[in-house]
Amino acid sequence: MRKFVLNYLIPRILQYFLVIFLGVTITFIIPRLSPVDPVEAQINRVMMSGSQVSPDAVISLREALTEMYGLEGSPLQQYFAFWGRLLRGDLGPSLATFPTPVTTLLARAMPWTFGLLMTSILISWIVGNILGALASYYEKNIPIQIVDVLSQAVRPIPYYIMALLLLVFFAYYWPIFPFSGAYPPGTQPNWSLSFALTVIRHSTLPLLSLVLIGVGGWFIGMKSLTSNIISEDYVVYAENAGLRKNRILSQYIMRNAMLPQITGLALQIGLIFSGALIMEVVFGYPGMGTLTFQAVMANDYSLIMGITLLSIIGVATMVLILDFIYPLFDPRVRHQ
Amino acid sequence: MSLLKMEDVRAYYRTEVYGISRSVRAVDGVSMELHKNEIYGVAGESSCGKTTLIKVISGTVKPPLRIESGSIHYNFGAFQMDMRKIDAEEMRQNVRWKEISYVMQGSMSVLNPVRKIIRSFEDIVGTHQGIPDKKAFQEQMRGHVMKLGLPPDVLNLYPHQLSGGMRQRVAIALATVFNPSLIIADEPTTALDVVVQRGVLHMLKDIQAESANTVLLVTHDLAVHANVADRVGIMYAGRIVEEGPTQVIFQAPRHPYTEHLINSLPMIGDKTVKKSLGGAPPNLADPPSGCRFHPRCPLAMDRCRTETPEMIMLSERHRVACHLVEEGRA
Amino acid sequence: MLTVTRDLLKYDGRFRVAFVFLVIIVIMALLTVVSPYDPKKTFMVPQDLPPSLEHPFGTNSRGQDLFWWMAFAVRNSLMLGIICAIVSRIIAIFVGMVAGYRGGVIDRILMSINDSFVVLPVLPILILLSFLLRGKMSLWMLGVLLGLFGWPWDGRLIRSQVLSLKERAFTRTAVYSGTTPLLITMREHLPFVLPVVFATTINNLLWSIGMEVTLSVLGLSDVTLPTIGTAIYWANQHQALVAGVWWWLGAPILIAVLLFLGLYLLFSSVNEFIDPRTRLRRIGA
Repeated sequence: MRKFVLNYLIPRILQYFLVIFLGVTITFIIPRLSPVDPVEAQINRVMMSGSQVSPDAVISLREALTEMYGLEGSPLQQYFAFWGRLLRGDLGPSLATFPTPVTTLLARAMPWTFGLLMTSILISWIVGNILGALASYYEKNIPIQIVDVLSQAVRPIPYYIMALLLLVFFAYYWPIFPFSGAYPPGTQPNWSLSFALTVIRHSTLPLLSLVLIGVGGWFIGMKSLTSNIISEDYVVYAENAGLRKNRILSQYIMRNAMLPQITGLALQIGLIFSGALIMEVVFGYPGMGTLTFQAVMANDYSLIMGITLLSIIGVATMVLILDFIYPLFDPRVRHQ
Repeated sequence: MSLLKMEDVRAYYRTEVYGISRSVRAVDGVSMELHKNEIYGVAGESSCGKTTLIKVISGTVKPPLRIESGSIHYNFGAFQMDMRKIDAEEMRQNVRWKEISYVMQGSMSVLNPVRKIIRSFEDIVGTHQGIPDKKAFQEQMRGHVMKLGLPPDVLNLYPHQLSGGMRQRVAIALATVFNPSLIIADEPTTALDVVVQRGVLHMLKDIQAESANTVLLVTHDLAVHANVADRVGIMYAGRIVEEGPTQVIFQAPRHPYTEHLINSLPMIGDKTVKKSLGGAPPNLADPPSGCRFHPRCPLAMDRCRTETPEMIMLSERHRVACHLVEEGRA
Repeated sequence: MLTVTRDLLKYDGRFRVAFVFLVIIVIMALLTVVSPYDPKKTFMVPQDLPPSLEHPFGTNSRGQDLFWWMAFAVRNSLMLGIICAIVSRIIAIFVGMVAGYRGGVIDRILMSINDSFVVLPVLPILILLSFLLRGKMSLWMLGVLLGLFGWPWDGRLIRSQVLSLKERAFTRTAVYSGTTPLLITMREHLPFVLPVVFATTINNLLWSIGMEVTLSVLGLSDVTLPTIGTAIYWANQHQALVAGVWWWLGAPILIAVLLFLGLYLLFSSVNEFIDPRTRLRRIGA
């Protein structure tokens, strides 16, 4: 047990902190590379984008910005102050909706993104992997071959284009699904069944776009993994021993092929997350993607910073969780 | 009484990729018989077709391998089977593991790495017999495994926690769960150190002696054959060139290839210099004409280049395919 | 090289399709030399004309001929992809080889950094960057930036190739025979590494152009520059769908699909061809 903790857990936890450290540092450095005085530039942009800000508000804005940008003190002091605020959970106020704290806006948007992301990952990973394994083992099946070709055609298409296509077909030409949002404008989010149903109806298209591309990707990966595993000794042995095909598929092939796919998921979380953000923008889904878009339009610098930081921490945490899940499936890592 | 009768079996690998087609004639006209209650050894260099022969005998022929011609008949006492006619599902239900079990080359990795060893036993017994009583089953398996000299706790471990030799023995334990009529072992001792080799070979011998079944042992290591086999068949380039009782093969080989193999075995006290056979094993996609050994045979005649030698029965249990022997010249 | 291409063309359907798609794309890019319109100018032709013989892709609400505009877009997107590919290849090869050959602590450090970059969600960081450099982000800059983030996948891949090559018998033979390490790398190892690099380059192109589309659509790059992404951006800005000017969105989507599918199929078939195991699997018995 000790060996496991030492050789497996600790390096991964350290890697987690390294990622966050690198990410936060990059986020810190980037704005400071700009030669423009960020405070004045921000204030100018806010004024120009037409938000109504009174003179008093401008003064407190300037103070907040200067403090938030941590522009007091030397760069090193600023860096530590940055970390200090981050660890306290203080991401400053949003510029466009001053003085709403960034954290409030993030907290409002994050559950939507999280829900969309988790659901799409679960569905596409599980379905994609099962189909991929079936495709390799039962090669002659026609429906599976169709899925194969479709997956290959769909996989390289960027999330954005896929979202556009779906939008055009299912919301424009055949208006089965609503254009945008997660619920009709004006409705208050609540925990009732009718609200839940509306949400499901609105979420279908974004979810579908993510899942279509996702399933394709996992399908292709799993199919190729499975083709390799089929010629492994323990599979041939199981066949020689006369085990049923279904049993071999589930217990021998899939159980082994799953492992690299878990690792693959960890590696791709960053990409999937980016894809989800884009999807949200296209469908106006009230998650972090749309928030980003709004922030960009409104020049809300602090909100963008906040989103970046949260994204980094969020993705790194998801990877760490996957790292913790993996040993549950691979005994070779559990018992060294 | 013969368990298995093979006549003029040909099995080729056909490949067609990026416009180049090849036909590898791995088993090219093999006829042999396996008797009950014997250990039969198949010897030969790498890429002589041994493993393909095994695949044919064990009924694990998959594309790109195909049986082109020949007959393969089994007589399991209770029922008979024509390997080329039986359908896959019947084979799976009645024959695999119950009558024929096959331990492949590289038994290090025949066990599912992500599941405990007992599960492999469960899978096999469960599929063929069913496991009505879990506890009784576990007791049975422990007994079986202990009888073969393995510690019973082995069942609760994962394959990677065992050494190569242990895994090999577990594979053999798995193969004998139903006491099959034929156990095929492909290179069971390769990659094991000598001490462990001995253990594995003893295990095989004991199993065979106790159940009086047939063991088909394939290995290039002649020392193993000398130790364990009752009869030995020498394979070269997809054909059997000589076959006979172990004593005869080792003490009075007739085919030049066999002679060379036997002579190259080191013996304690023997200080003569060993000569190696020139050339390399033939390319089975494009084998030599006539007798396939003729490019490397020190005694080759003109006839050997053009005519394929037929099998001659030198005695009731000893046969050879060689023109020299036929003409009485060797 | 030529025989490989010929073989692939003859026997791999995917390669044929990819070849056709990519040839179309490249021809479009090359046509920009003879373009009758300057892509930066607007209102040169009547607005919102549907596709016709004179304007194969129609015109948009800004008075530009879409066909020629897309030709430039293709050229720019390709250039961007190539710049990113070059920058990231250099970094990836460097990191992969150093980590693979040196091993030990240097390997661990490099790989930790490598993995960190793999995990980091690049899009938010790029959005932050583009936001700050808004309007001043030229194609070259974007390409270099993408290159700076696009190397980690391949860095690790190259490293594993190097690791396995190190152990092979022919390497040890070369070392024993006194060949200098650099020569070993150049003469013996590069022929193995290059095909892998080529395959991953295609993947990289896919990624970088995809990223460009995303950033441009959000309006974060130089929007006066024609690229596939900015085409969609402008279409959105002018509410193309609502106004019924569907070809404004249709053209970039078509080009995008051609480009991405072409690249991906190329990647698939080349990858399968390179890997000897998969090459042999395409068998008929």
